[in-house]
Amino acid sequence: MAKYDYVPSPFMSNPIVKWVDHRLPIFEMVDQQLIKYPAPRNLNYWWNFGSLAGVMLVVMILSGIFLAMNYQPSTVAAFDSVERIMRDVNYGWLLRYMHMNGASMFFVVVYIHIARGLYYGSYKAPREILWWLGLLIFLAMMATAFMGYVLPWGQMSFWGATVITNLFSAIPLVGKSIVTWLWGGFSVDNPTLNRFFALHYLLPFVIAGLVLLHLWALHVHGSNNPLGIDAKGPQDKIPFHPYYTVKDAFGLSVFLIIYAYFVFFNPYMLGDPDNWIPANPLVTPPHIVPEWYFLPFYAILRSVPDKLGGVTLMFGAIAILFVLPWLDTSRVRSGRFRPAFRVFFWLFMVVTVTLGWCGSQPPEGMALTIGQICTVLYFLHFLVFLPLLGWFERPLPLPASIAEPVLKSAAK
Amino acid sequence: MAQPGTSTLTTSPGGGRQHEDGTARRDFLYLSATAFGATGAVLTGWAFISSMNPSADVLALSSTEVNLSAMQPGQAITVVWRGKPVFVRYRTPEEIAKAKADDKADLRDPELDSKRVQKSQWLILVGVCTHLGCVPLGQKPTDPHGDFGGWFCPCHGSHYDTSGRIRKGPAPKNLEVPTYTFLNDTTIRIG
Repeated sequence: MAKYDYVPSPFMSNPIVKWVDHRLPIFEMVDQQLIKYPAPRNLNYWWNFGSLAGVMLVVMILSGIFLAMNYQPSTVAAFDSVERIMRDVNYGWLLRYMHMNGASMFFVVVYIHIARGLYYGSYKAPREILWWLGLLIFLAMMATAFMGYVLPWGQMSFWGATVITNLFSAIPLVGKSIVTWLWGGFSVDNPTLNRFFALHYLLPFVIAGLVLLHLWALHVHGSNNPLGIDAKGPQDKIPFHPYYTVKDAFGLSVFLIIYAYFVFFNPYMLGDPDNWIPANPLVTPPHIVPEWYFLPFYAILRSVPDKLGGVTLMFGAIAILFVLPWLDTSRVRSGRFRPAFRVFFWLFMVVTVTLGWCGSQPPEGMALTIGQICTVLYFLHFLVFLPLLGWFERPLPLPASIAEPVLKSAAK
Repeated sequence: MAQPGTSTLTTSPGGGRQHEDGTARRDFLYLSATAFGATGAVLTGWAFISSMNPSADVLALSSTEVNLSAMQPGQAITVVWRGKPVFVRYRTPEEIAKAKADDKADLRDPELDSKRVQKSQWLILVGVCTHLGCVPLGQKPTDPHGDFGGWFCPCHGSHYDTSGRIRKGPAPKNLEVPTYTFLNDTTIRIG
């Protein structure tokens, strides 16, 4: 499996390790894929976010399993069982704060991870399938987060579930039957809550499986790097351990400080106070907003005055990312060598953040107009700017190898 | 040599017997076994998918009786039917006249007021916005009633008139009229 000049670590000659590896080569895999694994020598801190996302997946699964031991998925008991977790269960408050803020942290990390891929062209050949697997993970995360938010059965849980499941009613002919099927009834109710709990428990393990495929695809050609050029030889690479284990550990420590701030000092900053009101199917809150990580997509949904059109565009905003490797016609990967692309990249960042703000506002007046402009810009970026940039942009000269600029700057 | 259209059995290099046109008994077995297995998988899969549709106990709760005798003209009540709010409105003569006049207005989902009621004073609607399922405001006198004197959905700004027809905003359809029957002058059964 190892395509590089693999020199086994000393522990590989241990007789027990040898005995195990002869039957299941698990130590060999760890040694080849994690310890001696050659990574580009110039990875910067933006490359920390993949491992951070992995850590968050583990944190979410662990805290979630222990929460599930005290949670009751029924419309009568759900809200109270969450309050019991907060008040009576030992450290229940900690588990819940870790889980609810962990979802936000997971999305922050993944959004930065995606943005890094966009800037450095990590989606380009030969990493298209790696990119797709990442997008599938992102979609599964969104489904998991949405269903998890329904479980506490507050007003925002209930109405969020109602509005989002109703998106499917926009599908011509079969839309209504699909929604009834999703609900298991004629409104969001006990059957809906039960199945959402079952699926919310299942999907993280689906994500874990997709993560393994994502890593597998990653290790075929190795990480992209800030220069976006391929490694020319062993001088361009360094072993993952200790260089990147240390770098990842340091980044993780910094990240955990930020995460801990939310968990211990500001656990409700990212939440919605309306979810303290138990679900009431007869009263809609005056202003329904999803969690912050869905706001850009919510803004796209609302910027179209037509129901089916809005739903199509919202799903299209993610679907278009799947064809991104072919929409970006430039052969240069890294934005570092693409002066014009860089301008549009940052414009795109501003557009998505602005869309997020629009999604948090009532859909009227300025916020609606700005949202519509940004929706157009979002799609123009992929459908017009990126294809044309590849043709008209003159990229800067690429360095001869990864090692060259590193050694040059070291010599100064 | 076999005549065209007929075939004889020969022994293939693998030992299996096959016809001269290259087909073998084994091909038939592969195809039929695969088809058999696939059919079974689909039928079994249907059981799983169908289990997510409304169950018998949910369907059994699908009608609600409402006593209207205490209501006065201009009053509205909200009752629960199949987990959803149903608006029952005792319309005033002015509201009825307005709804009838609006029959000629520019309607997105054209429907005569007379087709939406059984007795013109009793307007009965599923109180769920046809956009994304919020409950419109307008049941209480203090609620906003929208630009057309009926209901207003606060989520995404749909306006409904005194017949519950969509007049403005993103919703595509009129508020749905549920199936209901008058059991006597003052009692209805919804569903």
